[in-house]
Formats: sequence, C-alpha cells, structure tokens
Amino acid sequence: MGGESEVCLGIPGEVMEIIEDRPDLARVDVSGVRRLINIGLLEGEEVGPGDWILIHVGFALSKIDEGEAKAAMQFLESIGQAYADELTALSGSRIE
Amino acid sequence: MVRFVDEFRDADKAQALAARIAERCEPGREYKLMEVCGGHTHTIYKHGLEDYLPETVTLVHGPGCPVCVIPMGRVDDAMHIAAQPDVIMTSFGDMMRVPGSHGSFLDSKAAGTDIRMVYSPLDALKIAKQNPEKRVVFMAIGFETTAPSTAMTVLRAAADGIDNFSIFCNHVTIIPAIKAILDSPDLRLDGFIGPGHVSTVIGCRPYEFIARGYGKPLVVAGFEPLDILQSIYMIMGQLAEGRCEVDNQYTRVVPWDGNLKALQVINEVMELRPYFEWRGLGFISHSALRVRDAYARFDAERLFDLPGVRVADPKACQCGEVLKGVLKPWECKVFGTACTPETPIGTCMVSPEGACAAYYNFGRFTRTRVMEATRT
Repeated sequence: MGGESEVCLGIPGEVMEIIEDRPDLARVDVSGVRRLINIGLLEGEEVGPGDWILIHVGFALSKIDEGEAKAAMQFLESIGQAYADELTALSGSRIE
Repeated sequence: MVRFVDEFRDADKAQALAARIAERCEPGREYKLMEVCGGHTHTIYKHGLEDYLPETVTLVHGPGCPVCVIPMGRVDDAMHIAAQPDVIMTSFGDMMRVPGSHGSFLDSKAAGTDIRMVYSPLDALKIAKQNPEKRVVFMAIGFETTAPSTAMTVLRAAADGIDNFSIFCNHVTIIPAIKAILDSPDLRLDGFIGPGHVSTVIGCRPYEFIARGYGKPLVVAGFEPLDILQSIYMIMGQLAEGRCEVDNQYTRVVPWDGNLKALQVINEVMELRPYFEWRGLGFISHSALRVRDAYARFDAERLFDLPGVRVADPKACQCGEVLKGVLKPWECKVFGTACTPETPIGTCMVSPEGACAAYYNFGRFTRTRVMEATRT
C-alpha cells in the first residue's frame, strides 16, 4: 500500500457528497485524492457538500471552516514528506 | 536574539511574535515549556522555532508520540499474534519499523508473515470481510485522537456480524502521562503547550488539574509555526501576570468540551486498564484502554494466548529520558550513530513525530547553522 501514515496527523478535506443510504459515509476530496470518509463521529452536526472536515485515519473528527482548511493544507504541503506519505496511505484506502 | 530563521510562510509575523515573547520574559528567569504532542515537536524542528525564542525559553519535548511509547513487550506480543496460523495482522504505517526484541513488523513481513499496512481501521475491517477464512487483527495504537476510530470500527464489526476481526488494543490516554511527568522529580516545567488533535476529542476541561493542582498554565495549540509561537506568547502572558489557567489557542478546531460522540463511542467499547507500561516511562496507572467485556469477541488479547513478557529497553537507549524531556535528542549516547531512522534502536527515532527522528531529519541542520551563525 505504501506511505507511512502518521497516527497524529489530521488532514482537511472537502465533502463532495454524502453517500445515499449511508449517512455515515461521505466522498471527500483531500488535495485531489477522493476517497470515502466515515463521518459518524460528527453525529448531530449537519454535514453536506462544500463543508470542510478534519480527517484522521478515515474518520472526520470535526467540522472546520474553509479558511482554516486552506491554511492547514498550505501548512501540510509545506511539511513535505509526512503529508505526501499520508496522501499515499489515504489513496490506498477503500473503506466502506 | 533571532539568530537564524528557517523559511516559512509568515516568517515576519513569527519574528514579531518572538519579540513580544521576549518582552514577557522576566530578566534572569529561565522558562521550560513542554510541548506534549509529537506533531508539535515535528513543527518545532522542521521550522527551527527554538531559534526564534529568547535563550531563556527552552522547549522540552514530551511523550505525545503514540508510536514512541509502545513498550517492546507489546510489539513482541503483536508479532506473536501475527505469526499464528491464518492471521493477517494490520497496522498503521508508522508502527511498521518499531523494534521489538526480535525485530519489527517490517522484518517479520519480509520474512513472509502476512502483515499489511492500512490507512484506517475500517480498511482492516474490509480485509476481514474479504478474507472470511482468515483471522484479521488490527494493531490499535494512538491517543484519544485515534481511539474513537478504533471504537467505531469495532461497533461496525458488531453491527455487520463480522466474527473474524479483532483489535490488539494499545490505546493510551494523554492525561496520566502528563501527570506522571508533573510528578517526576527530574524535571521542573513552567507550562505546557497542549496537544491539538487529542483535544479535538477530549476538549480542554481534562487539563484543568494541571492549572489547579500543579499551578502550571496550559495552552492548547494548533500545528502551524505561528500557532505554536502564539501559544507560547499566551503561556508567557499568564506567567508574567502570575496566572495559571487552561487556555485554547486552537479554537478554530478544538471545542472546549471536545467531541462528545467520540468520547461516548470510546466509552462504549473500551475501559481504562488498571495500569499500562509506557516505553521509557514505566508503568502508569489508568493510562491506557482495553476492550470491555461486552466486546470480548473483538479483543485479540483474549482470543490469542499472548506471551505478555515485559522486555527491558536496550541499555544504550535513552528514549525514556527523551520522552520525559530530561534529555534533548542529541544528548542521547547513541543518537545519530548507532541509532538512526534507518536502523532505530529506540522508538523516538522511528516515527516522524518522535523527537529524535524530527531532530535527526531537520533540527541538526538548523542547529549546525545556528552554531555557525553565533560563532561569527
């Protein structure tokens, strides 16, 4: 699968769609990598297309605003290898 | 005062903040602040943040790297599980090179054991669904940031009736580790830079004992260089005014009460262990999680007969002192010589969040340049 993800790294992603019949799953875009992410931990919060979330090991931990997401992404891109590894690991993910 | 500046976004703002931090320093007083989280350690070394600070302010790196604190005996237990017939062991990538007493997951995988890297515990569950004839075990590690994801995966396995999936639970909790450090006679700290993503889950309240009981300020901080400098500025403000409170610099992500759903699912699936061994720190009471009886069928610790042998760290390794912040990475006897990221002896050299690996990858260059700059 490649890519040694860091267990502490939270990464921002933009919600593309909520999966029909699976309200706990969203298709999310993370720096161009689109994968399913579990949003079950955000119960009680409204999540929909265009919302930004902080993702950790396949789960959304919190909703964040777009400004924070962009700033966090810029920072993550600046840290280089660790973020590249995280994206490689994410791209190997096939959660359901 | 600012001797060397690594390039990063908003470096000007960082210098301005550094100047304001300096203004808050009492002449003649030394300040020791601990950043608990390995992610912060990574940022600090990557961007050479220590070089912005007055010489009287020292950053001490704490135990918040979940990979670094897994003791050798638990790695050996996991390798034992992986070696059983029909087992597929699954693990996050940064656990792969953590040494046990007979090598790492990576060594074992190279020797033919079925150990697979996964991004999410849900990927491990999927492997279980695709391989019903195999027993799939997920090596669960991490602080409260990661524990809810493991718990949610167990709940999903229960809901879907998956009976060939289990977790080897090594989740640890941050508060007892901070308390152990506060109770340690080796170290006098003035304040804490609180972890960011752990606090997304647990919120800020659990830190209040640090302010009330120990009289130390703690400021929960974000991960960018400016976040960390801003939180140091906030801590220094409290110290200058003689206050000690829990404050939140990372309000844009961390709610004061944390993520209640995440706490609820952890509590549903897991309970505190009476004690757990941390590499380098020894046994700490109520510092880790295990699977509750109601979910025993998903608990690898009960499904497999584990050796459970306590293994002392290699003598040369000083990870314990590094994890407690007593030693800086470069002060360890084997740093950069016998112990490197390619051939780690201790865990602090394995994960990118480990203080030694972070310093090895970034800090030593900055330090060399700082030394050169101060010489001229």
